[in-house]
Amino acid sequence: MLHLPILRHGRPYRSLSVSSTPHFRTKEPFVELSLANPGLIRRDLLQAERTWSILQQYKAQDLLRMTKRAAEFFLHDPLPLGEAWQTPEEYVAQISATTGLPLVMVRKNMMKIYGVMAEIDHVISGLTRGIEPAVLDEGYGEVNGHAVSFFPRGYNLGVVLPNNSPGVHSLWIPAIAMKIPLVLKPGSAEPWSPYRVIQALIKAGFPPEVFSYYPTDHAGAGEILRSSDRCMLFGDVGAVKSWRNDPRVELHGPGYSKIVIGGDCIDHFDRYLDVMIQSIAENSGRSCINASGVWVPRRGREIADALAQRLARIEPKPADDPDAQIAPFADPRVAERISNMIDKGLYEPGAEDYTARYRPGGRLVTFDGATYLLPTILYCESPEHGLANREFLFPFASVVECPEEQLLEAMGPTLVVTAITHSERLKSRLLASSHVGRLNLGPIPTMKIGWDQPHEGNLFEHLYARRAFQQVRELVHP
Amino acid sequence: MSTIAVETDLALRQQQVRERLDAWTREVIEWHFNPDTGTPFWLDWAAQAGWDPRKEIHTYADLDKFGNFQDEWLRGGPVRRWVPKAYANSPISVFETGGSTGVPKSRININDFRIDYELFSETLPDEAFPKGADWISIGPTGPRRLRLAVEHLAQYRGGICFMVDLDPRWVIKLIKWGEMQMMERYKQHVIDQALTLLRAHPNIKCIFTTPKLLEALCEKVSLKKLGITGIFCGGTEMTPQFCRFAVEELLEGIYFAPTYGNTLMGLAVHKPLTKEDGYAIVYYPPTPRAMIEVVDPDNPSRIVEYGETGRVRLTTLTKEFFMPRFLERDECERERPHPLYPWDGVRNVRPFSRFSATVVEGVY
Repeated sequence: MLHLPILRHGRPYRSLSVSSTPHFRTKEPFVELSLANPGLIRRDLLQAERTWSILQQYKAQDLLRMTKRAAEFFLHDPLPLGEAWQTPEEYVAQISATTGLPLVMVRKNMMKIYGVMAEIDHVISGLTRGIEPAVLDEGYGEVNGHAVSFFPRGYNLGVVLPNNSPGVHSLWIPAIAMKIPLVLKPGSAEPWSPYRVIQALIKAGFPPEVFSYYPTDHAGAGEILRSSDRCMLFGDVGAVKSWRNDPRVELHGPGYSKIVIGGDCIDHFDRYLDVMIQSIAENSGRSCINASGVWVPRRGREIADALAQRLARIEPKPADDPDAQIAPFADPRVAERISNMIDKGLYEPGAEDYTARYRPGGRLVTFDGATYLLPTILYCESPEHGLANREFLFPFASVVECPEEQLLEAMGPTLVVTAITHSERLKSRLLASSHVGRLNLGPIPTMKIGWDQPHEGNLFEHLYARRAFQQVRELVHP
Repeated sequence: MSTIAVETDLALRQQQVRERLDAWTREVIEWHFNPDTGTPFWLDWAAQAGWDPRKEIHTYADLDKFGNFQDEWLRGGPVRRWVPKAYANSPISVFETGGSTGVPKSRININDFRIDYELFSETLPDEAFPKGADWISIGPTGPRRLRLAVEHLAQYRGGICFMVDLDPRWVIKLIKWGEMQMMERYKQHVIDQALTLLRAHPNIKCIFTTPKLLEALCEKVSLKKLGITGIFCGGTEMTPQFCRFAVEELLEGIYFAPTYGNTLMGLAVHKPLTKEDGYAIVYYPPTPRAMIEVVDPDNPSRIVEYGETGRVRLTTLTKEFFMPRFLERDECERERPHPLYPWDGVRNVRPFSRFSATVVEGVY
């Protein structure tokens, strides 16, 4: 069986504690991961300053060049995988094997990771609002004739990564090009991408010491978050709750992303069905930027019905089918629990599963030995319903009727809002809202990302702080 | 001795242990169910059960007739119902387990903790835990048995025990509240006190502490340079990987004695750790005073095969406390007898996996 070691400052370490991740269909162990004990992580991270200084010996411009080279290695080359090697096609197949994602979706995600590496200068320019990379080398510089100075907020970035979809890895990659060493905790079902990205970066010339890779348990993840100077945490409702008050940790929890249709456009909702469907179902609904709600002032039942008719057509297909649109659950018990949770929620009056009208069986199905949750569209007659604002790991959305005046208060924190309206009043209220992480005005799918428009916080601002700065070049000696 | 001779000798000693266990079981049953010496709880229990254990229990295996001991019986009072009549006028201690929420389980004690730790003392090598050396205990005290037990161990070996307290119930609350920084500060507060004592008292050669506190101590100092020669570690779960990490990276050759124990059982000794065995943590219970068995979770009266995983079942047999067939919230593998401990052991004890089932909400 394949074995992925821990990387302790780039040095492989085989642990006595291991976990194995099964193949989503056969349920046979597919890959074994060395698990880091929390004390080992903590002890390693005592070296953070030393590791950071290694990376400071490189010019930022060179790191950008190396990241671009790494993008090509990531996409095209065989790279080390523990004691074995991994071709790009094997990488795609392995992710599919442990996450259930169809190959076509893995390839899309792979291109997303490639994109952020290949376009790293553009990405970092977006994050820093155009600051010259050399500012990171010198600690100061000029922007539009004004002196600027930045200092790192810490010596490393610890990232607790998810299992849901490889695309999220594009969010932390820029840190290393911004001269901040990485401490990564991969998800148990998706250990592949961070390992491959690290190997590509090392091959491109990054010093191995600046990469730590710790497959670990819940306690180990907590240790990474405690012991790293700056952090990112991808997690479910329960996981992110404990870290809400820690400014060192940038939280990537559920997105509760939504499409909002104003009263002025609601009578033409059929023109926007494609945007809604793409937002709900792309990437099998596994991203925090997938829409889990469509909020409207009226005609909710008709919209739910129209979406349900379209989405009920999506059926499981073999993993290698280029038309596959939905991914199974690697752990069938999770699918069962989610489906039960939705069914229990439907006992509360005021909601209906419209997709149930258009498929003969239930939403929980097995196909080719794997367990799926089929796309599910609910209608909720008010935002107070228990299922009005929920998010699950499959194409799921509630069409919620809510008066426009109450919309912003009722919808709560929302990562992405796509607002379809001409109403200046609604637009200006959305623009002023602190609840909205990313605002799309117009029929833009919630899934559409602009690398220069970071959501959920700006990585550069998370890693660097600006200080006031003045300088006189000629020193006067007494 | 040849391999066959060793195995024959081991089998013979196993048989002797079994006979001693059966005899001890009869003695303990006679004690707890005799109206003159017995324990009020068990005398009431027998009256309601309608059978007399003194007549029907002849061997250790017969204890199955009791069914599984219910942990609820140990929560709440009156605690004196657990004091055998024969000890009614003795000074009684009460020790508690867990208790982060609700009423903790209580066990009364008179001398059991001393006996357990004196037996354990025999397994400690003198070169690592020198007679006459002083100790420091850095860990849970308060209502826990460790407070008196570790001190007694030190005194029994001719030393004096310094104490630094850690309140695990407070730590659990801090974690539940998400007060991770406060938890770190509390840990640091404990470690600072320990370091002050360690630096001020060079005769401290031996430490009792928990795995987490051991790691935290080693972040600050080289225990070897401070003159520590033996570490007795317990209180929470330990994995083979933790033991390897401790031996290879923290302790610089200091003797490391991991233990598995609790208020209800006593203290299990460990088979010496070896790299060749993957630092497996194998514990042997203090037979005949307590037995740990590994049972089928779906049929707790069936003991699993050697190497098979099952749930930990504990039976405590002392004149102070009788607790038959208690199902712990732990699982492990059943381990073969060892030449030093010719009875069943347990390998890699860890929390019972069936108690963890969560629903994940949210895509992230």
